[in-house]
Amino acid sequence: MEPIRKHRGVVAPLHRENIDTDQIIPKQHLKRIERTGFGQFLFFDWRYHPDGRDREDFVLNHEHFRSATILVAGKNFGCGSSREHAAWALREFGFRVVLAPSFADIFRNNAGNNGLLVIELAEPVIQRIAEHADKHRPYHLDVDLEAQTITDDFGLAEKFEVEPFRRHRLLHGLDEIGITLEHEAEITRFESAHERRISQG
Amino acid sequence: MHKPKTLFEKVWDSHVLRAPEGEPTLLYIDLHLVHEVTSPQAFEGLRLAKRKVRRPDLTFATIDHNVPTTSDERFQIKDQIAAQQIATLRKNCEVSGVPLFDIGSGRQGIVHVIGPELGLTQPGMTIVCGDSHTSTHGAFGALAFGIGTSEVEHVLATQCVSQTKPRSMRIWVSGKLPGGTTSKDLILDIIRRLGTDGGTGHVIEYAGEAVRGLSMEERMTMCNMSIECGARAGMVAPDDTTFAYMDGRPYAPNGNAWTKAITEWRQLITDEGAAFDRELAIDGAKLEPIVTWGTNPGMSVPVTASIPNPEQARDASERAAMLAALEYMGLKAGTRIEDITLDRIFIGSCTNGRLEDLRAAARVIRGHRVRSDVTVLVVPGSEAVKRAAESEGLDRIFREAGAQWREPGCSMCLGMNPDILAPKQRCASTSNRNFEGRQGREGRTHLVSPATAAAAAVAGRFVDVRGWEYRN
Repeated sequence: MEPIRKHRGVVAPLHRENIDTDQIIPKQHLKRIERTGFGQFLFFDWRYHPDGRDREDFVLNHEHFRSATILVAGKNFGCGSSREHAAWALREFGFRVVLAPSFADIFRNNAGNNGLLVIELAEPVIQRIAEHADKHRPYHLDVDLEAQTITDDFGLAEKFEVEPFRRHRLLHGLDEIGITLEHEAEITRFESAHERRISQG
Repeated sequence: MHKPKTLFEKVWDSHVLRAPEGEPTLLYIDLHLVHEVTSPQAFEGLRLAKRKVRRPDLTFATIDHNVPTTSDERFQIKDQIAAQQIATLRKNCEVSGVPLFDIGSGRQGIVHVIGPELGLTQPGMTIVCGDSHTSTHGAFGALAFGIGTSEVEHVLATQCVSQTKPRSMRIWVSGKLPGGTTSKDLILDIIRRLGTDGGTGHVIEYAGEAVRGLSMEERMTMCNMSIECGARAGMVAPDDTTFAYMDGRPYAPNGNAWTKAITEWRQLITDEGAAFDRELAIDGAKLEPIVTWGTNPGMSVPVTASIPNPEQARDASERAAMLAALEYMGLKAGTRIEDITLDRIFIGSCTNGRLEDLRAAARVIRGHRVRSDVTVLVVPGSEAVKRAAESEGLDRIFREAGAQWREPGCSMCLGMNPDILAPKQRCASTSNRNFEGRQGREGRTHLVSPATAAAAAVAGRFVDVRGWEYRN
């Protein structure tokens, strides 16, 4: 997993709440057996006309946002299906950070397992960032995961919270399975005690 | 005297392997269900890291999302990418020793239908699957939740999952559900009250007289849709209804083990005085049949009502969401739900594709004709459901009425197989999500109960099934 410490990037705004994983990547693109190749399908129905042409009204098709690496969206981002393809698609498009007032639980975990930093900020802050992103094209944010701050060139300075363990893994790009397997002896001990307990009722 | 615990805490606590301060809990997993769509990259990850499936005996796989529902195509899949995904699952299962309930095995079906019907799903278990509707299994008093593919790989490798402990919520439903309403209407009503993120970070326990009165299949429908209000899981304490359902199922304990298991399972109740982070009380006796009008499962009204006006939204962002939903759905504020006409009906899915669902739909449709301009797909949730339904003659009732009787799978719930809506087609669906494009690009989905869907098939529009003319 690619670590993320300090990131400066262009912000793309999506003025919608409850953006579900079916919108992030529709089901017809879930049939691949690899982790790659999903970026082209990101926000497919919003991004392309049925005949495959770009939809000019969609933010990521605008020249100023094609290189965006920070997405700002409405509350409950990533709700719905557990498909990790949503996180893969966002990463492959180039996103490293998603800002929203809240995130769905499974999406939050999937993002954390793919080096995608999700940050919850209060609704007014999100609105302000989205407005800036609309107005100053391109609008840049500096995200510092070590200091847990977000700043811009116009005086914005916000602290953000992130679970300590998730932060640690993102900072160092750590694979969770490797960490868990350090406790293999504990797993084996628990497993046999657990099975004895169940079989004895 | 022990501190009183909730049902959720009892199951959680008995599976905590490691809970270091400031880190997520390492939770041991009793049952891992696997399907073709979210597993290939997990198996590939294991291979690349030279890791093995730790407990193939606690892992079970089936094929459900991609499988076509016509009898000729299900063994000859034309979509080559889907066929490759299915072939990959077969190979992964063979190499790792994970049992696979393959197409035509007699046990294939939607993963959340076959787990319970085979007796794999048991009270007190921790259950995960790379699918958000894993919450279904909570109907048995199991703690069951959906995970992503990296977590699937984690469970395959370690039999554990790393989770932050969720908060707890209890929804108490008093009274008795009125005739013509179902647990589908109840859960849609709950999602409307909570909103699509009202349950985020919580495990919900459904309790109260109305929940006690539900069959296992009705409880599964409720727990299934817990994810639609954002909840991590839904749970119902096991009781005699649970044990009667499980008795004699292939993977359920038998003999002495069964008696012992029941004694143990009876402890899986929320103790008197146990505290929840949130509580909600609902009068079940006031429930009405519910129909969604928008593009998330929280956008719903009773069938007798009209489409709400965005001008009455709580705030600007809700108003914007309502306007966008109405535009996508091709609907206007103030239109009566009963004036909405339909092109397609879908009866099936992990939410409502079980035998009782098919019985409820068949009871409504029996002796009537499906309207000639409406296409109706009935898709049993599993091969076992299909067999049972056919032995009762339900297939004949549907066919005689003009509906299509299909082979088992996820089908039109998410349209990964050939069953999709054409642009702008309007569908009454017993599934769980009405998101934009869920059933096909520009398709318009209304979520309803099986009885309401069946009535809509006959009438060609939504009707209040409480006044239905049942025929023999």
